[in-house]
Amino acid sequence: MLARAVTHALVGLEPRRVEVEADVYENGLPSFVIVGLPDRACAEARQRVRSGIHAAELRFPGGRVTVNLAPAGLRKEGSGYDLPIALAVLAASRQLPHAELDRHASVGELALDGRLRRVGGVLAVAEGARRMGIERLLCPTDSAAEASLAGIEALPFRHLADAVAYLRGERGPDEIEPVRIVQAMSLPDLADVRGHERARRALEIAAAGGHNLLLGGPPGTGKTMLARRLPGILPPLDAEASLEVTRIHSVAGLLSHEQPLIDTPPFRAPHHSASTAAIVGGGPGIRPGEASLAHRGVLLLDELAEFPRPTLEALRQPLEDGFVCIARAAGRAIFPARFQLVATMNLCPCGARGDPGAECSCSAQRLAAYRDKLSRALLDRFDLVIAVPRPRSAELAAGPGEASEHVAERVAAARELLAVAPLRRTAEADELLTRAVDRLPLSGRGRARVARVARTIAALAGAEEVRPDHLGEALAYRAPQELAA
Amino acid sequence: MNELALAVFASETGAHLIRPPVGARWAAHLRAFDAPAYERQLAEHGFRFLARSAPAFPPLLRAIHDPPPGLFLRGHAGLELLSRPAAAIVGARACSGYGASAARTLARDAARAGLVVVSGLARGIDAEAHRGALEAGGATIAVLGCGIDRDYPAAHAELARRIAATGLLVAEYAPGVEPAPWRFPARNRIVAGLAAAAVVVEARERSGALITADLALDEGREVFAVPGEITSALSAGTNALLKLGASPLTCAADLLSCFGLEAAEPPGVAPSGDSARVLALLRESAAGADEVARATGLPASAVARALVERELDGRVVAADGLYRPVLG
Repeated sequence: MLARAVTHALVGLEPRRVEVEADVYENGLPSFVIVGLPDRACAEARQRVRSGIHAAELRFPGGRVTVNLAPAGLRKEGSGYDLPIALAVLAASRQLPHAELDRHASVGELALDGRLRRVGGVLAVAEGARRMGIERLLCPTDSAAEASLAGIEALPFRHLADAVAYLRGERGPDEIEPVRIVQAMSLPDLADVRGHERARRALEIAAAGGHNLLLGGPPGTGKTMLARRLPGILPPLDAEASLEVTRIHSVAGLLSHEQPLIDTPPFRAPHHSASTAAIVGGGPGIRPGEASLAHRGVLLLDELAEFPRPTLEALRQPLEDGFVCIARAAGRAIFPARFQLVATMNLCPCGARGDPGAECSCSAQRLAAYRDKLSRALLDRFDLVIAVPRPRSAELAAGPGEASEHVAERVAAARELLAVAPLRRTAEADELLTRAVDRLPLSGRGRARVARVARTIAALAGAEEVRPDHLGEALAYRAPQELAA
Repeated sequence: MNELALAVFASETGAHLIRPPVGARWAAHLRAFDAPAYERQLAEHGFRFLARSAPAFPPLLRAIHDPPPGLFLRGHAGLELLSRPAAAIVGARACSGYGASAARTLARDAARAGLVVVSGLARGIDAEAHRGALEAGGATIAVLGCGIDRDYPAAHAELARRIAATGLLVAEYAPGVEPAPWRFPARNRIVAGLAAAAVVVEARERSGALITADLALDEGREVFAVPGEITSALSAGTNALLKLGASPLTCAADLLSCFGLEAAEPPGVAPSGDSARVLALLRESAAGADEVARATGLPASAVARALVERELDGRVVAADGLYRPVLG
């Protein structure tokens, strides 16, 4: 007897329809085989499904049981196939009505006692099901809130027995538990930062214009502390953006039951020992990297010059195009990766450069090698480059700075202004820009960057056009000569 | 063409030769040397050779204790560039932002007033001096411590190309000679020899720049040192020079007056308002943007604007996050 359940596999973020076919031949020698290119976790479904069916007080068919995951050429990863496999096996052994199974997609991992556990990527699976015209998705209770974001009817179940009872028409689905909206973890506040007027101003401009920001300076001056306060002044995500972000985090398995929807800009800070695949995505089963997890949010690269150069160069594509394209033998995946890059670095390997109270002991060669780590091309992607000096004691004794809340209000207002129409430059501002290109080492791209930053500054000031004073300020935040040369 | 043969022989044997040696090896070399063919080869690669006996050979260099048999040249400038009034600007390779900006603005003002800036194409102060002269549209001469066909350090290949476009690169070594530590002091005697005055911007206690200063002093040239902080190791060499009687250099006019020149007025109008306050503050001591903001009470945005305006005027330079006023 043959039965079929429907679920979806993910290639990157793209759902592909997978039919789980189960064939039960009661008179054959007892065996249970899963074919159709399952990975290790998926192949181990045999043990979970067998125990789960027993725990649900149902009968695991004797004889030969063959499960095929079609299309057979597509690699199936993870434990989300447990539920569809169990349902297909039960239908094939006449314990479920076939017709009902055809109208539902399903996803979920089985515990040995038959309970359903949440898996990653449910949002994308649900979207795939909706696109195929299937209206209902059987899923673990914990995943229901996430699945319903796709605009599909998510039917939550705690236990395999409940799902089976529902398909037999004996009971309804569980209630979707109202999500306890936990207050997002309080983000670090700018009020903690004392002094650092220029860096604070640069953070505000970066937040308003979505500019990439590089903070340079001696160690211990608060570069990382400043960078971590950027998410706190960014406006929340709109509905479309938050669905995009949630989808990526869902595939990476990073969503929690408490927070099925990500509506604040994500913040990712990978360590500099992270591999290139961990940063831009990839690996044997193509997974989103930190660059994609930071989509619509902030990617902080602390100690930029310590990252291996190939990793930094790999970031150039997402910085330019806003997505990462990963080609592997198993297939090709595109992950969105439109993030705001914030990086910190020392000005030299020993760290003393830029600190009036210390003396740099780096040789000219070592200094040159350190700066060579950053190609011109990468440095060109930073709209704002700020030196963070060592604060004086008087500064640290001063009161707290302006709170993030107030800065965030100005940022939101500026973003609205920028979204309406691009601000034009006045003739005087144009003249100043031309003079700057003549006087300063400013490339074509550098000129465009300064112009962009000037627009943001004008918007923050609530001006209707970009005046010379806005442009003048923008010029102060360009990459300094010693890094650009 | 005795001198070309001698220069090539010295390069091949690695000997410091001023006049033809005595010996069978030199005699054999002289017999086998085909001067016209060698000159053709040089010209093919865009190099020239200027013999010590040639009228165009710079008289100042000819006057030193051990002038080279001749100079190999690279670049498009005429030979008269070598005999124009020149100042050598030299210093530490691992320099501070203060030294770099001092070297650059000094070279710029010197070049603007018509002096040729001579230096050694090394990292740090040397390169800043060349860049400053190029920035002012002036001529500059780089003296190499290796074969004329080499760019050393390799990172300065582009700088060397820019120098060659309007100035000259010179070396006493024939093409193919590798850079070696012992060749740089010999190179320094040419740096000192080409210039009527030598300026040491920053030097550690045992710096090669001090060799240049010693050589200049031996030849009776003017020696200037830019004073630095007494606590900084980077200024130990220059402060020691001052103690020995070198002239302190605090503005470009100090250097120009010894050539009977006057500093060209920096372009732009006198600053007023915010930027005047900022400039006055920086004249007291170099400061970061935050310190300026605190001391003047101006918001960060206004400080940024004022500093950029002064930077565009050429009155302020920025390095490693600190802003400092320009000399002069």
